[in-house]
Amino acid sequence: MASNDTIKKTLLVAVALCIVCSLVVSSAAVLLKPAQVKNKALDRKSNILAAAGMLEPGQSDAEIEEIYASKITPRIVDLKSGRYTDEFSPEGFEQKKIAKNPKTSIDLSDAEDQANISRRENFSIVYLVENNGQLDKIILPVHGYGLWSTLYGFLALESDLNTVAGFGFYEHGETPGLGGEVDNPKWKNQWQGKEVYDDGEVALGVVKGSVDPDKEGSEHKVDGLSGATLTSNGVTNLVHFWMGEMGYKQFLANLKSGEA
Amino acid sequence: MSMKETLTGPVFNNNPIALQILGICSALAVTSSMKVTLVMCVSVIAVTAFSSMAVSSIRHHIPSSIRIIVQMVIIASLVIVVDQVLKAYFFTISKQLSVFVGLIITNCIVMGRAEGFAMKNGPVASFVDGVGNGLGYSVVLLFVAFFRELLGSGSLFGIQLLETVNNGGWYVPNGLMLLPPSAFFLIGFFIWALRAWKKEQVEEAEFKICSNTRAQEAV
Repeated sequence: MASNDTIKKTLLVAVALCIVCSLVVSSAAVLLKPAQVKNKALDRKSNILAAAGMLEPGQSDAEIEEIYASKITPRIVDLKSGRYTDEFSPEGFEQKKIAKNPKTSIDLSDAEDQANISRRENFSIVYLVENNGQLDKIILPVHGYGLWSTLYGFLALESDLNTVAGFGFYEHGETPGLGGEVDNPKWKNQWQGKEVYDDGEVALGVVKGSVDPDKEGSEHKVDGLSGATLTSNGVTNLVHFWMGEMGYKQFLANLKSGEA
Repeated sequence: MSMKETLTGPVFNNNPIALQILGICSALAVTSSMKVTLVMCVSVIAVTAFSSMAVSSIRHHIPSSIRIIVQMVIIASLVIVVDQVLKAYFFTISKQLSVFVGLIITNCIVMGRAEGFAMKNGPVASFVDGVGNGLGYSVVLLFVAFFRELLGSGSLFGIQLLETVNNGGWYVPNGLMLLPPSAFFLIGFFIWALRAWKKEQVEEAEFKICSNTRAQEAV
């Protein structure tokens, strides 16, 4: 057998191996792409439905698709003017990309940057749930920094645009068992029925310890997560940011007066 | 060595984690729930088996100067394929495994088998050896995950067995079990139990520890 260690053989083996491996990898990527894209979209849809409390456990993928298609209308909002815009189509709208692009986002000053996200996108996608042409619920994407990671979630509001219909995160990297309890269904259920604004100011937030339901202002407060003060603060901050002037406040006001 | 030995040897007699102490990193990272661990185990078995087979079948043509790179390229390609398959068919689990599937590339067991076994043996034997070592890895991971999930979340495979306090039950979960360091303790216990059973695995002491000596004044 000829020696394997000649330069010619070494190059030949290296090149042949690279070609074979790249063929395998790229064909796997191309062939599986449709299934992956579908999964990603489905995951997002089920998170949207879950935030609005429209997801029953054990629903099949097809059912989720059907409910989403029949009930949810996505629209793009210009956060600067607080009005709907047709500049982007909701199909294939990638908010994370918009937030990174300097042309479609703004740099936040320290004072403005409550949610610790450093840049805010100028356009956001919102999801409307309509019932016979009347707004029933609206689902707003929110994000902000917790202890270790940026938490991404959906906050759903009832048609009065003040009462919370549901809240949940679909992506975060907080400590399992502590900050990770933001995924606990029992904690998430507490958000339901809370009110965002108190006299036009954002009052909704997480408190330390548990909320006394008889005390004044309990309609704006949610129990803290024990052992996760910084995650709880992060959640409060991101709610304040996104419901405030820099977030959806203008849009919600416009929507209420029918000028959105 | 017979095929049966090649397959079952690495499970207890020559376990890659317990005896060779390889592949600890992923054993810490992905063992907080049984379901995720199981998928990780299957992925590692697939990657070790197929990479060993591929390396073995071209072993007569691999120039020794670039053999490590050749092995890495094969392993890396297989890992990417596995990652893509998981993303397409097991989306929720692949979300939880996130970066750790990619890190199978750096799992010392895979590379160790390619270099240590597949370069010297035929493709079929190498494939079986890969499966065996993957199984050895899986046994330890599932052992660790069993205790971490049961004591840390009160559930197994996501089915709640011990109702936790947070959900109105009685069980106060052990937070340490949810964090990666707990796997160190559990792997330690596993190695202890294994070496108590199979005494020949106990390493010979490198030096003898003296009995306590009386404290002395410096002279």
